[in-house]
Amino acid sequence: MPDRPAPLGLYVHWPFCLSKCPYCDFNSHVRDRVDHAAWRNALLSELDHAAAQMQGDTGPRRLASIFFGGGTPSLMDPETVGAVIDRARALWPAEPDIEITLEANPTSAETGKFAGFAAAGVNRVSLGVQSLRPGALAFLGRQHDAGQALDAVRMAARTFPRHSFDLIYARPEQSLEDWRAELTEALDHVNGHLSIYQLTIEPGTAFHTDHRLGRFKTPDEEKAAAFFDVTQEILEAAGMPGYEVSNHAAPGQESRHNLIYWRYRDYVGIGPGAHGRVTIEGTKRAQRRFRLPEKWLDQVTQAGHGTEEDSPLGPQDRAAECLMMGLRLTEGVPLQRLEEEGGQSALPDPDRIERLVEEGYVSFADGTIACTTEGRLRLNSVIDFLLS
Amino acid sequence: MTDIARIRNFAIIAHIDHGKSTLADRLIQLCGGLTNREMKQQVLDSMDIERERGITIKAQTVRLKYTAKDGLEYTINLIDTPGHVDFSYEVSRSLAACEGSLLVVDASQGVEAQTLANVYLAIENNHEIIPVLNKIDLPAAEPERVKTQIEDVIGIDASDALEISAKTGMGMEAVLEAIVTKLPPPKTSEEPDPKVRALLVDSWYDAYLGVVALVRVRDGVIKKGQKLRMISTGAVHEVDRVGVLTPKGLVVDQLNPGEVGFITANIKAVADCKVGDTLTEDRRPTDEPLPGFQPSVPVVFCGLFPVDSSEFETLREALGRLALNDSSFHFEMETSAALGFGFRCGFLGLLHLEIIQERLSREFDLDLISTAPSVVYRIQLNNGNTIELHNPADYPDPTHIESIEEPWIKATIMVPDEFLGPVLTLCTERRGEQIELTYVGSRAMAVYRLPLNEVVFDFYDRLKSISRGYASFDYEIDSYKEGDLVKVSILINGDPVDALAMIVHRSQADFRGRAICGRLKDLIPRQLFKVALQAAIGGKVIARETIGALRKDVTAKCYGGDVSRKRKLLEKQKEGKKRMRQFGKVDIPQSAFLEALKMGDN
Ligand SMILES: Nc1nc2c(ncn2[C@@H]2O[C@H](COP(=O)(O)OP(=O)(O)O)[C@@H](O)[C@H]2O)c(=O)[nH]1
Ligand SMILES: C[S@@+](CC[C@H](N)C(=O)[O-])C[C@H]1O[C@@H](n2cnc3c(N)ncnc32)[C@H](O)[C@@H]1O
Ligand code: SF4
Ligand SMILES: [Mg+2]
Repeated sequence: MPDRPAPLGLYVHWPFCLSKCPYCDFNSHVRDRVDHAAWRNALLSELDHAAAQMQGDTGPRRLASIFFGGGTPSLMDPETVGAVIDRARALWPAEPDIEITLEANPTSAETGKFAGFAAAGVNRVSLGVQSLRPGALAFLGRQHDAGQALDAVRMAARTFPRHSFDLIYARPEQSLEDWRAELTEALDHVNGHLSIYQLTIEPGTAFHTDHRLGRFKTPDEEKAAAFFDVTQEILEAAGMPGYEVSNHAAPGQESRHNLIYWRYRDYVGIGPGAHGRVTIEGTKRAQRRFRLPEKWLDQVTQAGHGTEEDSPLGPQDRAAECLMMGLRLTEGVPLQRLEEEGGQSALPDPDRIERLVEEGYVSFADGTIACTTEGRLRLNSVIDFLLS
Repeated sequence: MTDIARIRNFAIIAHIDHGKSTLADRLIQLCGGLTNREMKQQVLDSMDIERERGITIKAQTVRLKYTAKDGLEYTINLIDTPGHVDFSYEVSRSLAACEGSLLVVDASQGVEAQTLANVYLAIENNHEIIPVLNKIDLPAAEPERVKTQIEDVIGIDASDALEISAKTGMGMEAVLEAIVTKLPPPKTSEEPDPKVRALLVDSWYDAYLGVVALVRVRDGVIKKGQKLRMISTGAVHEVDRVGVLTPKGLVVDQLNPGEVGFITANIKAVADCKVGDTLTEDRRPTDEPLPGFQPSVPVVFCGLFPVDSSEFETLREALGRLALNDSSFHFEMETSAALGFGFRCGFLGLLHLEIIQERLSREFDLDLISTAPSVVYRIQLNNGNTIELHNPADYPDPTHIESIEEPWIKATIMVPDEFLGPVLTLCTERRGEQIELTYVGSRAMAVYRLPLNEVVFDFYDRLKSISRGYASFDYEIDSYKEGDLVKVSILINGDPVDALAMIVHRSQADFRGRAICGRLKDLIPRQLFKVALQAAIGGKVIARETIGALRKDVTAKCYGGDVSRKRKLLEKQKEGKKRMRQFGKVDIPQSAFLEALKMGDN
């Protein structure tokens, strides 16, 4: 890996969904109609603009991944997906084994388009299965049942070289035993990668209100930890250890795109609300596009890009971000990476590392600091402790 | 110049809410010191807090003119006193400036503890006492029963007690007539040109006039240009203004024998005016100061710390401003590992403490943490020295201690029969020694000797709650007595938390130690590392609790490339850390100490 040139990622945000799920605080919006041609043009303009901004400074970077996220990118026209992929490949030199992922909702409307996406160049899909239990799917406000979801997974397996799907656990009323069973069932449909998220009650969502009003209860800290432990245990036994807090893969099947984020490498973000981290002339820049789809589209139409914020990151911030992201990974963060980002002075206090090692929360070997499972469970506090 | 024979100086003494302020207002209204527009409800309670809480904090005074049935005009000075035990010395000095008192008793309630305490002070000052039954308009009024009670409990004749309603105005004439006919005029020296003697009753800071002193002239006259000496300090000031309060300030030429009024004299600080001091003329000083002077001594101490450490200077300024007007309030800087920079403050009692705290938050908008109130211990060291301990954190090495003495009080509690049992149990729990237990009708009066340290620790709240608010309580400082007292330290991960240290009787140490550890356990959020809580006497641990490490806090979703959001969350957390204090690598939110200090309601 070190011999490879630093990778570059491209994230493309598609902000539309057929309906809004009550737990979701992603930048997703329900619209009666979407002008696909206008959106295609806008995405391409912003892509051009991003490449122009980096002009002459792509250095040895190679495009290693493209990720269509959402929202529901499986609602995109396959032509749009294809056009974005082609333009990106024209703008940056790409790795031969470039990973091109598209997030898909497992409803029939979308599975029908899988072939088109594959033809456009997509070689990996990530499906929002969420659960195999009818009650849970209804609670989560999903538009599909478990059967449809599994059909979509099978379809994905036939159409794409790689696929992954998402499950949400620690739902109200969920028992540890049933989660064991559900996860074990899910394993039958897995192809090397799974994302398992603990249900999080996010401000501004319908669930937030319901939860606050006591309409349902989520498991407490102890129970949530037990769910996490069970998940690790089952997936490890199935040969898919957690390589990140919520992501499991058979060795080599990790999502390369997400590794770019977690290893704090450069990525360009286009589309409404997309974030980017791009190093230009030695300065890492934090970029963000306008969140509201219409606002973003207007801006791109007028100015060629929908950038709302583009600011340089100082060494302290870079090191902090690198640590925050890196410690999510089982492999941890080499201190050398922190030094590259923030210089010597941004390295964590050795006494603090030592204290965490003593407590069994992190390991520190060969210059790499990594969380143990116990440490990863308490990651927010661990990071906080290291950075204060 | 008013003939001294036509001056009457009086005070009103009453239990809280029996109608003292209402009566004073009525009298002012009748005797025309203010226009109707100026007549706000309860004129004399001028601070917001006083009006809201219905208590008088500072002595106030008002000069009234009344033309009596004998056709003559009288000058009547009403000196309104604080009436609360914390200020009993000030009350006693105000009473010393009068010849008589109206003893106001709510005819529907009867005699209460504060009535008693104040009436005894009045009797000590040789007052003529006029019993007044107020609220006679209430259907529940029982004048006959209350008269009997006054005679039985206080031992004064109540057969011709006045029956009035300060609210409706009924009986006001009779009150004024009684003041004129029953109270004696002030006494003064018979000599032709006596040496000046005046009692310093109170002082305050006025934004326009500077320090103003309220005085009662005993002998001689006070006028502008005179050089007055304060006997206790020897300080000399030239009088630049003399006046009376109507209750508006009204400048007059001079204050004559028997009169009550104010002076200004370029006095720098209120603290230079010692209540109870005698003023005399510098060029011809008296060698007989008026009796009863005592310097004011704080009885209860606590630490006050700003919740937000950046407010330290604001706090210092605010304390200075309050002290400007309150000579009995003391403060000095203190540092605490748990709470940062703050001040050790001394008060006359718990009410005084509460009032100062409330004014700090109200008038200065300060968010404060106060440590548990502590009394002043006298520690006899084995090297022969005695020290006074104001702060448990300063407790000396126990091997150097020969003995410790603590202040005791004499408490009077009046309570309806049905609650007597729990009240007696409470007194016993608090190491009380019964002196007297008597019944008046269906009310019991219990007199106890109690350690003040047990009283500052939530005694009053407990008393109120076990008697459903019916018990009344008053006390006076009694004496110092040796006690088996120990310092209980609270340790977090082995580090003592100075702000939580307390001095308690050995018999209570375990219980109090356990209580505070238990409370902290509930208050301190789980941390990355486990937290050990201990209560200890010296090296001996008497209670312990452990707060286990937190189990899980990781954010499940990673929001694609949105690292900024995570970083901002972290920064926000750091913001919150400002209110944390570190103990052996563990951050404890300051609010936990604050809550732990509120031991009152467990
Ligand atoms: N019914 C009735 N209420 C009264 C009378 N005098 C005072 N009050 C009420 O009793 C309460 C306490 O009176 P206040 O003068 O503040 O009592 P203080 O605490 O002794 O100064 C107030 O609500 C008054 O309105 C009275 O003669 N009759
Ligand atoms: C960008 S989202 C949605 C992708 C796609 N639109 C879908 O719903 O299938 C990616 C994943 O995040 C997870 N997710 C979203 N909100 C969540 C929440 N509040 N708590 C836990 N997981 C959540 C879901 O598993 C979801 O599939
Ligand atoms: S979870 Fe997926 S489908 Fe549901 S609202 Fe969010 S982005 Fe849209
Ligand atoms: Mg009052």
